[in-house]
Amino acid sequence: MPDITLNVNRQAVSKTVEGRTLLVEFIRETLGLTGTHMGCDTSQCGACVVHLDGKPVKSCTVLAAQADGAEVKTIESLAPEGEMNPMQRAFHEHHGLQCGFCTPGMVMTAMALVAENPDPTEAQVRHGLEGNICRCTGYQNIVAAVLDGAKAMRG
Amino acid sequence: MQDFHFTRPDDLAAAGQAHQASDDGAYMAGGQTLIPVLKQGLAMPEDVIDLNGIADLSGIEADGHGITIGATTRHASVAASEAVCQAIPALADLAGRIGDPQVRNRGTIGGSLANNDPSADYPAAVLALNATVVTDRREIAAEAFFDGLFTTNLNEGEIITRVRFAAPDRAAYEKFPNPASRYALVGVFVAQTADGVRVAVTGAGQDGVFRAAEMETALADSFSAGALDGIAVPADDLMTDMHAAADYRAHLITVMAKRAVARAAATA
Ligand SMILES: Cc1cc2nc3c(=O)[nH]c(=O)nc-3n(C[C@H](O)[C@H](O)[C@H](O)COP(=O)(O)OP(=O)(O)OC[C@H]3O[C@@H](n4cnc5c(N)ncnc54)[C@H](O)[C@@H]3O)c2cc1C
Ligand code: FES
Ligand code: FES
Repeated sequence: MPDITLNVNRQAVSKTVEGRTLLVEFIRETLGLTGTHMGCDTSQCGACVVHLDGKPVKSCTVLAAQADGAEVKTIESLAPEGEMNPMQRAFHEHHGLQCGFCTPGMVMTAMALVAENPDPTEAQVRHGLEGNICRCTGYQNIVAAVLDGAKAMRG
Repeated sequence: MQDFHFTRPDDLAAAGQAHQASDDGAYMAGGQTLIPVLKQGLAMPEDVIDLNGIADLSGIEADGHGITIGATTRHASVAASEAVCQAIPALADLAGRIGDPQVRNRGTIGGSLANNDPSADYPAAVLALNATVVTDRREIAAEAFFDGLFTTNLNEGEIITRVRFAAPDRAAYEKFPNPASRYALVGVFVAQTADGVRVAVTGAGQDGVFRAAEMETALADSFSAGALDGIAVPADDLMTDMHAAADYRAHLITVMAKRAVARAAATA
C-alpha cells in the first residue's frame, strides 16, 4: 500500500493509503476535514473541489497516492475557525447558497478563479464555474457573490 | 472500487516493464476518464501505473513547423501556452473548452487520444491537422490512429509519448457542448493546411471522429461559410442517443462547420 507524504492546509501529513483511496476520502475520512463534500460519483458536480499545488481539482477524481509530495488546500484553510474570508462573506451577503452543499466547491473554485484573474467579467465567472453544479440557487446569486468577492479581494 | 496496486515509475522503460509484468495493468494519466471508469467497476485492473512521474512526457515545444505536445500535458497548459496560441490558436481554444476548469487541470492530451471517446474534442484537432501520434515504439499518422468507438491502433502496453502538429495556414474549432458534461454533442475542426482543406467531425459519428469529404471539396474551391450551403453529412452513419437524434446531429455539423469556417477565415 502506498505511503504518502503531503502538505494539507500548511501541515505535513504522512499516512499509508490504499491504491484506490480517493483524495476526497483521504481528506474527509483520514484527516477528518469534512468541509470538502462529495455530491456525485460521475466527476461532474464539483462539491469536492480542493486546490492541488494551487490549482482547483475534483478531489473525487484524483487518487490520494497521486497527491504524494503535493500541497493541498481545502475550504478549512481559507479563514480561522469562526471567521470568513472576503469570498465566503460575499456568498453570505449575496445569498449565494441555500442548502450549502455545493458551497465549499463553489468557493474553492472562485478563489482559484480570482487568483488567476482578479477582475473577471460575468461571462468569465460563468465559464469558470462550469464544473460546479448547484441544485438550489439557479446560480444568479453565486455569480453575483463571486463578482463581489473578487472586488473585495482586490481591496 | 476494487483495490489495486499503485506505482508511479519515473521513466518510460520502467512504466512499460510494469505493464508487461502485470496480468492486468492500466496506465493512468489525468485519471479524468479512468477514475470514473474504476468507480463504476467497468475496469478492475490489478495494477495502476501512473504516468505523471515521467518528467519528459510533459511539456510543449515549438519549432519552425509547428508544435509538439507531451502526452501528459494537461488541457489547461495547452490552453494557456504562448507557443500554442501563436502557432495554432484553434488548438489552444479547443483545449480551453474541454470539460471544465477542474477537468482541464488534470486531463491530458495522451489520455484523451488513447481513450478515443466519440465525443472528445482532441481527436477532431488531431485528424483535421493531420497530426502524428508518437509512442514509445513508433509514429502513427492521425488517419491510422483512430479505430472506432473507444478504440485506437495502440498495441497492448504501448504508451503515447507526444503528439506532433504542423501549423496550418488557418483553422478553427466550433462545438455544440452537451450542457451537463461539456463533451461535444457535435464538434467540427476546420483547417487549411499544406495538405489542403481538412474538416474533422467529432461527437456525431457511429465510428467516432471522421472527415467530411464533401465539405473539404467545397471549401477547397472557396474557403467561405457560403460554400457549405446545401451540404450536409448524411444522417445514416451518425449516432442517435439520449442527447440527440442523428438528423439533429447532421444539421448541427453543417452549422458548426460554417461557424468554424467563418472564424478561420476571419483570423487570416
Ligand atoms: C466532467 C468531465 C467533463 C469532460 N468533458 C470533456 C469534454 O468536453 N471534451 C473532452 O474531450 N473530454 C472531456 N472529458 C474527458 C477529459 O478530457 C479526460 O481528461 C480525457 O478523456 C482522458 O484523459 P486523462 O489524462 O484524464 O486520461 P486517464 O483517465 O488517465 O486515462 C484514460 C485512458 O487512456 C489511457 N492512457 C492515458 N495516458 C496514456 C498514454 N500516454 N499512453 C497510452 N494510454 C494512455 C489510460 O490507460 C486509460 O485507458 C471530461 C471529463 C470529465 C470528468
Ligand atoms: S463529488 Fe461530484 S465532482 Fe467530485
Ligand atoms: S446551495 Fe444547495 S446545491 Fe448549491
